[in-house]
Amino acid sequence: MRRIVMWLLSTVTVVVLLFGYHTSTSGPTSAGSAVISSGSSGVSGTLSGTNSSSGTSSSSSSTTTGSTSTASPQTVTGDSVQTRWGPVEVQVTVANGTITAVNVPVYPSGNGKDEEINAYALPRLIQETLDAQSAKVDMVSGATVTSDGYLQSLQSALDKAGV
Amino acid sequence: MTATGLLPRPTRYVDHVMGMPISLALRGRHTHDHRALEAWSEVMADLREVDRVFSTYREDSFVSRLGRGEITVADCPPEVVEVLGLGHRARLESDGAFDVRRRGPDGPVTLDPSGVVKGWAVERASAWLHALPETDFCLSAGGDMVCHTDDPASPPWRVGIEDPADPGRLVATVPVRQGAVATSGSAHRGAHIVDARTGAVPGRVASVTVVADSLTWADIDATAAYALDREAAAWLRSRRRTAIVVWADGSVELTDGTAPRQASRLRSSDSLSHR
Repeated sequence: MRRIVMWLLSTVTVVVLLFGYHTSTSGPTSAGSAVISSGSSGVSGTLSGTNSSSGTSSSSSSTTTGSTSTASPQTVTGDSVQTRWGPVEVQVTVANGTITAVNVPVYPSGNGKDEEINAYALPRLIQETLDAQSAKVDMVSGATVTSDGYLQSLQSALDKAGV
Repeated sequence: MTATGLLPRPTRYVDHVMGMPISLALRGRHTHDHRALEAWSEVMADLREVDRVFSTYREDSFVSRLGRGEITVADCPPEVVEVLGLGHRARLESDGAFDVRRRGPDGPVTLDPSGVVKGWAVERASAWLHALPETDFCLSAGGDMVCHTDDPASPPWRVGIEDPADPGRLVATVPVRQGAVATSGSAHRGAHIVDARTGAVPGRVASVTVVADSLTWADIDATAAYALDREAAAWLRSRRRTAIVVWADGSVELTDGTAPRQASRLRSSDSLSHR
């Protein structure tokens, strides 16, 4: 385990030294430069897309693998860690082998609202394609594809086709 | 729009880690050479190490052992602290919709930072690709991705947004030069985001896609919005997010982040958790 920790630490150091955390985390998202004729101003239009699908299989809840240590509640605070967003300190309380509390006394106070310079243009670009089924794409974003489900996915077809 | 006929064909790589496919597309100077292959192999090594530390499917991961109380947070690598810190911030900003602790059916609370780890890990691993000069990349982990174009003149990556009702179809295409796209929904894995107390599965929303600067936050916000179900679009608007919400009835709603409306007050019964 120590070795893994050391490995991680050294890896992280190397990554930081080599690249820092690069612009994608701080730079603004920018959309394609294509200028689109304005269209409607309200972007939150409702479009008829597809058939409805409500069928959500009931969740199978994973069981806890407890049954290990039985001790009185113990709260441990980790070292403060410097992150991209600022220093973080975490406090975890454990009782009878399960976590009862996770507190973060020190954490960065970013506002979480990226100023996206494309906020005006991007939704319009998206609007344009909402019904464009034949659009050529490079990647597919969807609910998490598992490795098992990958072969049936659109992304798999793209990867195979090499287009 | 863009002259799609003239686009260079990207070089593609696929591998698997954390039970999901990792797809990489490269364009530009380093696509097949040893630098490209090395960067790709570093990306995968990075993600495999993240899996060893954070996987809740591995009994011996730091997070599993931390969750069982066998080790303390002081024994964990600093990344664990970073991720738990992110989870904390996400919980505050989502009014409790997002939580790395989840309550099991019988009450015990377990630690599951998976909802933070994926986006965070992929964003971090993408640093290896950023280091490739004059190279564009799009790195996707199970449908959540970081996009980068090196040359402002080169075309944006075109990201197709899957139709949750029919994953073989798309509802939209998003052009992205720099930034991240993350989608939460139940299409492939079934329901995996539920109300922590009732176990209820969001029924009004079918999928949420967030486009943002950071994949860490795109992923967190997509998950939190999905968990908020009917409040999804209002909450995303309150955060000025660019997002695509596909409702279960098949309608699509776009939030553009430019019309800050009064955020809908979240009710306490909307306390949900990612699982």
